[in-house]
Amino acid sequence: MRYIVIGSGVAGVAAIEAIRSNGKAGEIVMVGDDPHGFYSRPGLAYFLTGELHDKALFPRTREDYARLNFKFQKGRVTKLLPTEKAIALDGKTYLSYDKLLIAVGAQAMPLAVPGANLEGVVKLDHLEDARRILKFARRGKTAVVVGGGITALELAEGLLSRGVKVHYLLRGDRYWSNVLDEYESRIIERRLQEEGVTLHFHTELAEIMGKSRVNGLRLTDGRTMRCDILAYAIGIKPRAELARDAGLSVDRGILTNEYLQTNDENIFAAGDVAQVFDPATGRSVIDSLWHLARDQGHTAGLNMTGERQTYVRNTPFNVTRLAGLTTTIIGSVGQGHDEDIVGIARGDSETFRQLPDAIVAQSGFDVNRVRLMVGEKTLLGAVVMGDQTISTPLQRIVRDGMDITSMRDKLLARDAKIADVVVDFWSKYKAN
Amino acid sequence: MSFINIFKTDATRRVALSAGHVVPDSSRCVQCGICTYNCPIGIDVRAHAWMGEAIKHSECLTCGECVARCPRGVLRFERTDLFTDGAK
Repeated sequence: MRYIVIGSGVAGVAAIEAIRSNGKAGEIVMVGDDPHGFYSRPGLAYFLTGELHDKALFPRTREDYARLNFKFQKGRVTKLLPTEKAIALDGKTYLSYDKLLIAVGAQAMPLAVPGANLEGVVKLDHLEDARRILKFARRGKTAVVVGGGITALELAEGLLSRGVKVHYLLRGDRYWSNVLDEYESRIIERRLQEEGVTLHFHTELAEIMGKSRVNGLRLTDGRTMRCDILAYAIGIKPRAELARDAGLSVDRGILTNEYLQTNDENIFAAGDVAQVFDPATGRSVIDSLWHLARDQGHTAGLNMTGERQTYVRNTPFNVTRLAGLTTTIIGSVGQGHDEDIVGIARGDSETFRQLPDAIVAQSGFDVNRVRLMVGEKTLLGAVVMGDQTISTPLQRIVRDGMDITSMRDKLLARDAKIADVVVDFWSKYKAN
Repeated sequence: MSFINIFKTDATRRVALSAGHVVPDSSRCVQCGICTYNCPIGIDVRAHAWMGEAIKHSECLTCGECVARCPRGVLRFERTDLFTDGAK
């Protein structure tokens, strides 16, 4: 039996762990085009700020990998051959498989403006991208950041902490408008401004200027700005081309059933590249969330060994740090459309952006703030900023669809101390 | 980090120094490694977070560096029950 896992991210590693945890023998080959193998891609943000060394991003030692007993083959998969049950590597080598997992993730949506290929135009997909950003930051003075969501802020904060003057361009009138409400956006914007970031609203990039290196840009309204670095994060795109070319069912991501299996029974998909059928809602969804990629990889790995485990999609949630403020986003907190993000962003879930049929309850000031989406009998979503004490209970309350009837009126009361009400509800629940 | 958080962390730390151990919520963790990187005695806190295991390491100082530095609120202190598994 030979298992091939394409991709060296968390979904791939979780799959290999699952195959081995099942006590299965057989050869496992991980194929990846990132020369560095498995490291924490979300951790790149903290490498940029200087909070940790790049060597610290690697969670596993050689011994750990030896225990899992798999081979890492660096290379780019150029073709899938489902009929022959083989993959082509760098256009020349062929590797056959019995079961295949595609876990190649997603990549930054390219900027579609003239000058996007100039030196000094950067994105944040890989460790090499992060190193390139630091190289430019050493000699750059001014950077312009374009895009919405988490990655754009990580770029802004990373550059700022390296002593670069940062301008942040937003097409819309506020930051991450499809997930955060206006008050939350303003908190983040104010904190960014206090740190020294200059925000420009209703601003759209038209052209990046320079001979071989970036030296400035032009906006759609005709204004120009000088800069040495242009960093962008306008959304991500699942790397589904290989699968599409091979005739697998692909929508925006590779379509799988609830067993993470594609329309070819020997091929599975997991992580940011997968668009997974959710029996609970009847829809196929892309989640670009690290822990869900791990869950999916785990289930896919088990099913590759012949098990038949349903992937149970946990409530999508993400913890992130926005302008230094730890923020947890749970379930549906939706606000609709955001002009700054094309499709889905890294660390995002399509569920976040659904408009829940709910009443909003909120409390707190500035750095400690809670917003709840209160449904008829359940909580549908929450945003917790600052103090995270109640975010674990909220995750559970939303995920388990717990009956909140006993606290619903208290939550919706005028000037309700929401955190206290939730803590009280949670202690009673734990006591029972 | 705001002053409020620093004071709170210090207060938490004093309690934890005497009576606690560090517990991860692995679903919040992205294995960035800031915890392991900052552990003064080199405990691989991140590996515990991957497995979802409490850091009941005899050498853990409960200094709180990992708890305070984790950017995603993965780690928290929990009171050790000296009369059950904490006393092992």
